[in-house]
Amino acid sequence: MKKKWIGALLCLSMSVSMLVGCGDDSGKPTSNNNNQESTNKDNSGGDSKDSAETEEGKVLNIYCWNEEFKSRITDHYPDYKAVDATSGTIGDISVKWNITPNENSAYQNNLDDSLLKQANAATDDKIDIFLIEADYALKYVDSEYTMPIADLGITDEDLSSQYQFTKDVVTDSNGTLKGLSWQGAPGALFYNRAAAKEVFGSDDPADVQEYVKDWETFAKSAKTLKDKGYNIMAYANDSYRVYSNNVSSKWVVDGKINIDDNLMKWVEDSKALVDAGYTGSFDMWSDDWKKGFYPEGKIFCYFGPAWLINFSMAADTEGSIGYEGGWGATEGPQGFFWGGTWICAAAGTDNKSVIKDIMLTLTANEEIMKDIVVDDDDFVNNKPVMEAMAEDKKYKSTILGGQNPLGIYCKGVDNLNLGNLSAYDLGCTEEFQHSMKNYFEGNATLDEALDQFYKGVVETYPDLTY
Amino acid sequence: MKNNAKAVKYNKWGYIFLIPFIVVYVVFQLIPMVTTIYNSFFENYMSGLTKVGPNFVGLENYVKLFSGGDIWIYAKNTLVIWIMCFVPQILLSLLLGAWFSDVQLKLKGQAFFKTVIYLPNLIMASAFAMLFFTLFSDGGPINSLLMQIGFIDEPYKFLSNTGSARGIIAFLNCLMWFGNTTILLMAGMMGIDTSLFEAAEVDGATSTQIFLHVTLPLLRPILVYVLITSLLGGLQLFDVPQILTNGTGDPVRTTMTMVMFLNRHLYSKNYGMAGALSVVLFIITGILSLIVFKVTGNDKRKG
Repeated sequence: MKKKWIGALLCLSMSVSMLVGCGDDSGKPTSNNNNQESTNKDNSGGDSKDSAETEEGKVLNIYCWNEEFKSRITDHYPDYKAVDATSGTIGDISVKWNITPNENSAYQNNLDDSLLKQANAATDDKIDIFLIEADYALKYVDSEYTMPIADLGITDEDLSSQYQFTKDVVTDSNGTLKGLSWQGAPGALFYNRAAAKEVFGSDDPADVQEYVKDWETFAKSAKTLKDKGYNIMAYANDSYRVYSNNVSSKWVVDGKINIDDNLMKWVEDSKALVDAGYTGSFDMWSDDWKKGFYPEGKIFCYFGPAWLINFSMAADTEGSIGYEGGWGATEGPQGFFWGGTWICAAAGTDNKSVIKDIMLTLTANEEIMKDIVVDDDDFVNNKPVMEAMAEDKKYKSTILGGQNPLGIYCKGVDNLNLGNLSAYDLGCTEEFQHSMKNYFEGNATLDEALDQFYKGVVETYPDLTY
Repeated sequence: MKNNAKAVKYNKWGYIFLIPFIVVYVVFQLIPMVTTIYNSFFENYMSGLTKVGPNFVGLENYVKLFSGGDIWIYAKNTLVIWIMCFVPQILLSLLLGAWFSDVQLKLKGQAFFKTVIYLPNLIMASAFAMLFFTLFSDGGPINSLLMQIGFIDEPYKFLSNTGSARGIIAFLNCLMWFGNTTILLMAGMMGIDTSLFEAAEVDGATSTQIFLHVTLPLLRPILVYVLITSLLGGLQLFDVPQILTNGTGDPVRTTMTMVMFLNRHLYSKNYGMAGALSVVLFIITGILSLIVFKVTGNDKRKG
């Protein structure tokens, strides 16, 4: 009997402690309220409010995979009031957040299920806004489940200062724009300043750029670096996006899998680097890959956008290169971008005017976008704002040793052409990197690796042939 | 025979008590199995957000499955990994089982050790695989250890070499399941009449002889059971290699098991191909079980 009671007590205490954990979460948004009130004052009268004019649904359902968009709304959308961790209000509309993590396509699976049921769902359960990433954007954009931006009453003029490449990503096969983003994620080459000084004699971005200005020079510098004990990159996949953003054909042409020449050039260049031992073969995000965030890792550079260096490279950890302000940024061989989030309106939504207002506020309001840059270190999707900030001497990054990298990001995106995206990019990219790893490591010949790639893609997308 | 009337009366209750099992079996096993077979004759998948099918295509899925020839490679991978895991596992379990059930040894702290060897089975396979992934990564503890004692100069890429990658998977599975097998075998050994051991000892048999000529033959029913369940489990090997290789079956798909291959078809919700593969898997499982049963289970002394 006694044992039973003790058991019951233990169960009770465990569930209580779990509930306490939940309590912490719901407490958070209240602290954001202060922030929000202040932005409220700054922007009062700035934006037009045409909600409540037409018939509007009472519930705004937002599907996303992390807290990023929610914190942007909480901090920068004037009318939003947080209620608890998963809900808030805009005027008399209540906002419901449906946050599903990205891992193993959980987010997409959840979104797909809900979208397929969209037509028969009750009005308050219909998805109103969902977020997408570039790698699978076309899967949603090229379907009838996404509403054209023009249908919301947003004109091209409203979006004139946005970067063209952010529109390219979410333009469907008929040329209709179907999503908007508040951020651009142009990439740069981040180099280890100490290594640059030791090997090339200078850590000035303009000087270093001379050593990495094109892929030929890049490979030559790799040798120089190796002689001094540095690997130029952590892994060949680091440079993948630089090549893949500069392709001249799509992954899939008329239902057939197509490998662009530039990607084969990536394979060729990378194989040479791996064979010569100039780069390791560590999967991205693995612990081995991350070793280069510290001086002992002996990695010369990483390719990435602003969010990589600001949030992912252990800049908060003592002893890391970022903590000491030891990184420098330069353009690298070619411009590219990586990541970014697009806002889409789901077809069948009953909250058009709120969605319009959210989109315009976050992606076309200069004042608010400037705040986002300053508060959140985001690279916003607004050319004039970013170009002005690039000239701004006051804005500097401590991680980059006081350098203002915005000018470099700006240069990188100018020539970016993203007309060659396809709905199959995510699966193709993953398969290509997996199978090429076998080639780089010498476990397969190029033909075997390509064969594995084709097989993998057909398994993932049964409607394709090769 | 005399109490026939009474038995009939009790039969009713027998059926009633069977209902929960039958219901669960039909709903969760039989219906899914039949629909799987049914699905395997259709082309039915999602391309992005568009549904293709279901269109009846007859045996086309099976033709596609076998024309590539890859399925045999994955079947071989699965079997190789299973053998690499089962042989050491059964040897270890027999040894431990014999020690634990030996009355003369009088091992101390038996309960403790029995618990400890069973513990790895309580950890989630995925957590276990993650742990080993970190341990055996290129810059992981195992590599630094081997380098420090001067065994190797360069980090050895455990997961990029077929032998070591398969070995790690087999080792992990062995570690997870040997406790379970030990307990099963131990139960079998403790069920053997101790007077047989005593008699053998009186006759002057050594402990090795007792084990080989008394324990093993009498243990056969349990051994067969262990073999079959392990084989079925081995054929469905999925979680450990999936996590350890990130679903790629690297290097060059030499650690891709049948069920991992099946899982690859589920990305596009390809019920047709996945169904066909499941049916093949079902048939292979059935045949293997039959063979094992026929070869080892020809013991017809009593029920």
